[in-house]
Amino acid sequence: MLDKILFYFFAGVAVASAVLMVTRRNVVHSAIFLITALLATAGIFLQLRAEFLFIVQIILYVGGIMVLFIFVIMLVNLDVALQQIQFARQKWVALLVALALAGQVGLMFWSSRKMPGQGLPVLTAAAAEHLPANSEEVAKSLFGSYLLPFEIASVLLLVAMIGAVVMAKKRT
Amino acid sequence: MLPIGHYLFLSLALFIIGVLGVVTRRNVIVVLMSIELILNAVNINLVAFSRLYGDVAGQVFALFIIADAAAEAAVGLGIIIAFFRNRETVLADEMDLLKW
Repeated sequence: MLDKILFYFFAGVAVASAVLMVTRRNVVHSAIFLITALLATAGIFLQLRAEFLFIVQIILYVGGIMVLFIFVIMLVNLDVALQQIQFARQKWVALLVALALAGQVGLMFWSSRKMPGQGLPVLTAAAAEHLPANSEEVAKSLFGSYLLPFEIASVLLLVAMIGAVVMAKKRT
Repeated sequence: MLPIGHYLFLSLALFIIGVLGVVTRRNVIVVLMSIELILNAVNINLVAFSRLYGDVAGQVFALFIIADAAAEAAVGLGIIIAFFRNRETVLADEMDLLKW
């Protein structure tokens, strides 16, 4: 019951702030609504018992990436951009894309009804004392089976960092 | 507990909103933020299935996606700053240097 309440609360906040993010005119408002959506997603992660990802989401997304976005919004000229039209004239493309995606998922749900069994599986609840230590499990998996992807990701981050510095540097 | 479909629907809703943002907005910064939203929706799916099958591999991949999102945001914002310095605009349809 509590799980349900938490899920619907966080899902509602996430979807509402995502809609507001896309529709607001002011870029700073968009950024703040994106922060709210990311925090609500962190709540969903916690509700799914992924504590490590919950912390990573808050520290990295909300604390790191969003600060970067705000910095860039402050750097580029906001007042000029506010006067202009904010939406490209691509309503029909957007509608088509949304309908295609929704149709795909509708098909997925429809065909899951046809499968043997009772449709989509339900996440089973574990008693609190039987839950594995999440960070420990993630660390074991990350530094065991996925060590090579982990190293590649660190190289990718290094390259991206250098690329960002070179890109944003003043040409002399 | 909840059926997995709830999480799939939430993820789908966020994904579609993100795609609509990418397609309809003119401001490149908002387009980048919409891409972050899309990656986030994928993460919800991964974590939900990781919980369903009791396997942390999904969460590990969600971590990789977060790292990728950070790299993408850094490079994308660097490009935006470099472009703004040259053309004094952040609007996607005015970025037409390669169009003739």
